[in-house]
Amino acid sequence: MSVTVSSKRLRREFVKKVKELSGQNLQLCYQCGMCTGNCPAAANMDISPLRIIALARLGLEEDIAGSKTVWICASCLACTVNCPRGFDLSKVMEAIRLLTLRKNVDRIRPEDIPPQERCDLPQIAMVSGLRKFTG
Amino acid sequence: MSLAYYPGCTLKTKARNLEGPAVASMEALGLKLDELPRWNCCGAVYSLAEDDLLHQVAPVRNLIRAREQGKDELVTLCAFCFNTLKRANLLMKEDAEKRNTINSFMNEEADYSGEVKVVHLLEVLRDEIGWEALSQKVKLPLRELKAAPYYGCMLLRPREIAIDSVEDPAILREFLKALGASPVDFPESTRCCGSYQIVSSPDDIPEYARPILNSALSHGAEALVLTCPLCDYNLGRAQQELVKKQSGFRKMPLFYFTQLLALALGLDPRVCNFELNHGSPESLLKEKNLLSQSESFQPIGG
Repeated sequence: MSVTVSSKRLRREFVKKVKELSGQNLQLCYQCGMCTGNCPAAANMDISPLRIIALARLGLEEDIAGSKTVWICASCLACTVNCPRGFDLSKVMEAIRLLTLRKNVDRIRPEDIPPQERCDLPQIAMVSGLRKFTG
Repeated sequence: MSLAYYPGCTLKTKARNLEGPAVASMEALGLKLDELPRWNCCGAVYSLAEDDLLHQVAPVRNLIRAREQGKDELVTLCAFCFNTLKRANLLMKEDAEKRNTINSFMNEEADYSGEVKVVHLLEVLRDEIGWEALSQKVKLPLRELKAAPYYGCMLLRPREIAIDSVEDPAILREFLKALGASPVDFPESTRCCGSYQIVSSPDDIPEYARPILNSALSHGAEALVLTCPLCDYNLGRAQQELVKKQSGFRKMPLFYFTQLLALALGLDPRVCNFELNHGSPESLLKEKNLLSQSESFQPIGG
């Protein structure tokens, strides 16, 4: 998959926000792919974890915005503990999620969860799910 | 002697089968779990955003409650709570700027700077009781039980809060050995079960669970030993789906480590609340003579 990089497509504000919210230096990543290789959800993602970093630092907000990758991430931190550069990708995933959620765009609606499911789910699932998928 | 103990919301409702046997076992071991007064929800997940300090307030309040009890250590049992409380504690200890902001915001509380040590019950068993001493208290050794330790994510990641080696954890293996069981190591023991994705993408969970369950089975495990209520829910539910999807798929009983502890210490099996288990353990326990033939319970997970 190729991407077109141009000053027209670069969203400097997006790069700045991702860095601010994640506290991560996006330039640290040297694209070795340990994050993707260790991710238990990579097979379901339309953009691989390492590519998310590449797109984020190029400021290609639109490419990332349409992707489901950050919403599939379960914050299991398999990427974080295996990164040879000490880069915490889980914080970048969170930053990108929050940039959407803080525009008041929720990923799930509690009322869409079937009533029986709402009753059965452990509290830690409900609380963490609503924390991760609603603003 | 008593230990300050934080239960969290799930252990009081859906995962009473994790808490009940822990409380009874620790009392039998002479280290009573003393529940914090006025504890509140820890927030379940640690806030990963640099500017989101508001969500650190809930875990930090619990740490302040522990210090008010004159305790320098807080014991946790739920894997999510352990992770959230220990990470929040580390933040308060190491980040002076954020600590000052959080302390200023909670102006009705005394200032806090990470003085309480957050530990998981498994660490208490390993470091304060010891495997040798624990094995001497065992009345009903779990002989011939081939149990695979499954850690999940929250006790081992990130590295700075891990209760054991991130790459090659031994704590559950040693625990099981102390109880007389035969631990079965398998390479997927720290692979994520799908976690809170059950809320947004429940159909994906069986594909998280499949490699974990198949790997444990192919390494010779008869049961999986868990520490986290969400692992129990996800793996238990996924097994029901996988039985329908994959011909020949074999369901595996799921236990909390605390249930095996209580059984091995010879406590009344009723403290284990086995009826709340999502992976049905009854027949295996009877087969291994760890439960009398007359005991019966109706598991919610079939």
